[in-house]
Amino acid sequence: MTILVIAEHDNVELKPVTLNVIQAATEVAKVTGKEIEVLVAGFDCRAVADQAVKANGIGKVLLVDDEAYSSQLAESMSSLIIKIAAKYSHILAPASTSGKNFMPRVAALLDVAQISEIISVESENTFKRPIYAGNAIATVQSGDTKKVMTVRGTAFNPVDSNEHSIVEIVGVETPDVEKNTGSRHVADELVSTDRPELTSARVVISGGRGMANGDNFKLLDGIADKLGAAVGASRAAVDAGFVSNDMQVGQTGKIVAPELYIAVGISGAIQHLAGMKDSKVIVAINKDEDAPIFSVADYGVVIDLFEALPLFEQEL
Amino acid sequence: MKILVAVKRVIDYNVKVRVKADLTDVELANTKMGLNPFCEIAVEEAIRLKEKGVATEVVVVSIGNKASQEQLRTALALGADRGILIETEQVVDSLSVAKLLQAVVLEEKPELVILGKQSIDSDNGQTGQMLAALAGMPQATFASELTIADGQAIVVREVDGGLQTLELNLPAVVTTDLRLNEPRYASLPNIMKAKRKPLDVKTPEALGVDLKCYLKVIKVEPPTERQSGIVVESIGELVTKLKNEAKVIG
Ligand SMILES: Cc1cc2nc3c(=O)[nH]c(=O)nc-3n(C[C@H](O)[C@H](O)[C@H](O)COP(=O)(O)OP(=O)(O)OC[C@H]3O[C@@H](n4cnc5c(N)ncnc54)[C@H](O)[C@@H]3O)c2cc1C
Ligand SMILES: Nc1ncnc2c1ncn2[C@@H]1O[C@H](COP(=O)(O)O)[C@@H](O)[C@H]1O
Repeated sequence: MTILVIAEHDNVELKPVTLNVIQAATEVAKVTGKEIEVLVAGFDCRAVADQAVKANGIGKVLLVDDEAYSSQLAESMSSLIIKIAAKYSHILAPASTSGKNFMPRVAALLDVAQISEIISVESENTFKRPIYAGNAIATVQSGDTKKVMTVRGTAFNPVDSNEHSIVEIVGVETPDVEKNTGSRHVADELVSTDRPELTSARVVISGGRGMANGDNFKLLDGIADKLGAAVGASRAAVDAGFVSNDMQVGQTGKIVAPELYIAVGISGAIQHLAGMKDSKVIVAINKDEDAPIFSVADYGVVIDLFEALPLFEQEL
Repeated sequence: MKILVAVKRVIDYNVKVRVKADLTDVELANTKMGLNPFCEIAVEEAIRLKEKGVATEVVVVSIGNKASQEQLRTALALGADRGILIETEQVVDSLSVAKLLQAVVLEEKPELVILGKQSIDSDNGQTGQMLAALAGMPQATFASELTIADGQAIVVREVDGGLQTLELNLPAVVTTDLRLNEPRYASLPNIMKAKRKPLDVKTPEALGVDLKCYLKVIKVEPPTERQSGIVVESIGELVTKLKNEAKVIG
């Protein structure tokens, strides 16, 4: 049996989180001696497969290029994966909104559990995963013959990408793919930014309700420019309409673990901490010295953010 | 149109949980419990569709022990019409929950099923998708906008890159994200009225579902604690420390 990793991509680019998932797969491979294959399913997505073959430690890339997968809807992705599932003992995808969307369907159709958001591989069938917003870590053991799981990218280092790969790309035909699934893609409204992607950025600076309005997020931009940082937000800031939803960090938003996380005007609710407390160094800028964020911060400054941010930018 | 909403009893979202000393689970005795916040949003959305005249009946269903009746009563007080408790003392895996919900779907034949995107205890985030697969229904997860028109559900979803809009044939499964709506509070008269609304109790056996344990929890540990940090006096000092001590900026 083999291990299958589902690549995350937008038909053009392989998303870096795929390399973290391949690392998790590599850890399964280490204890099982199994080979890893990567599935690239999309439309006009040959370029993605060309990037995927470079990932170290994999044996093969499967390319499924069909209009049915152009937006990787859950219905078509899951029906594809179960069609090729027979030879795989482990099926892994990132715990992204895409992986979270189709993987539980894959599990249900295979009549096995889905193991959500693993953070470590203990053995072939035993994994660790956070529960209760990361306030507890569960070790879970699967009794199923197939392990279907999503992987928290920040918990695994990415594998290297090797320029001189000899891995082959195998085209997979899926003639009987279900095209009439009752679900149609209408539109995407994607937020484009020149900044690094939140979940893989080396530095993240996030603003909370304390930022007072969306305009003030400009104060973070100057600092982000200097540090090459991604900009994030608390849910309160997103709810208040200061910034868009793709910036939310937390239990129910994105999970980040950068080298440096700077929380500005964020109180530090457990749901926010769940998304950032594995960062290497945490800085908190808040005017309330009792804010819970200070309990996880390596460096805290009790100061009004409107005074602090221009100074911070100057000092860099 | 009938809407089925699945609601779960979970620890109150404000409670910071503690792991039990024997590392078997988290401490749940004497902890404040409540309706999973995402389920509350699901109930609210269903009630709004009823108020708009789109839905005719809102049925809420929960799988859990007897105490889950409280959460069903909460949903009834918010405006749901009828409750179903599938009573069991066992911890039920997501796949078994999905199978039980599928059995209810076959009995009730709803045109829309709304679930939360995630339970805040297990953080699984999978039941809705599993139900959709078992029921052969299209799905839209992480909904932040839902419109029913011409026998279809138009759903705006929150995805990593921004927003995505899908159109689903009904019957369909939708799971809620936080920004779908802001749930109302139940008024006292409605809480009183809810006590008289019908609440059926069923068993997994009666629904023909075997509660298999697919995933065994063998240990529950506290996360590694962070070393407590320091408060610095000024932004100047902060930048110096980040450069020279933490060495995270150049
Ligand atoms: C089911 C559920 C899921 C959730 N998921 C998430 C999630 O994924 N991510 C998330 O972030 N939240 C989440 N939340 C919300 C969370 O509980 C908090 O409400 C939220 O994180 C608070 O955001 P905040 O810290 O920006 O706002 P607040 O708690 O209002 O804090 C604002 C802070 O700014 C400080 N401040 C104000 N003005 C200034 C100033 N001029 N200078 C300096 N400091 C200032 C204040 O002292 C305060 O500490 C969730 C909640 C629920 C119920
Ligand atoms: N025991 C349960 N009873 C009723 N609904 C549930 C139960 N468990 C999960 N759900 C539904 O599925 C959603 C997602 O849960 P989960 O997959 O456990 O994260 C919840 O928000 C509920 O709507």
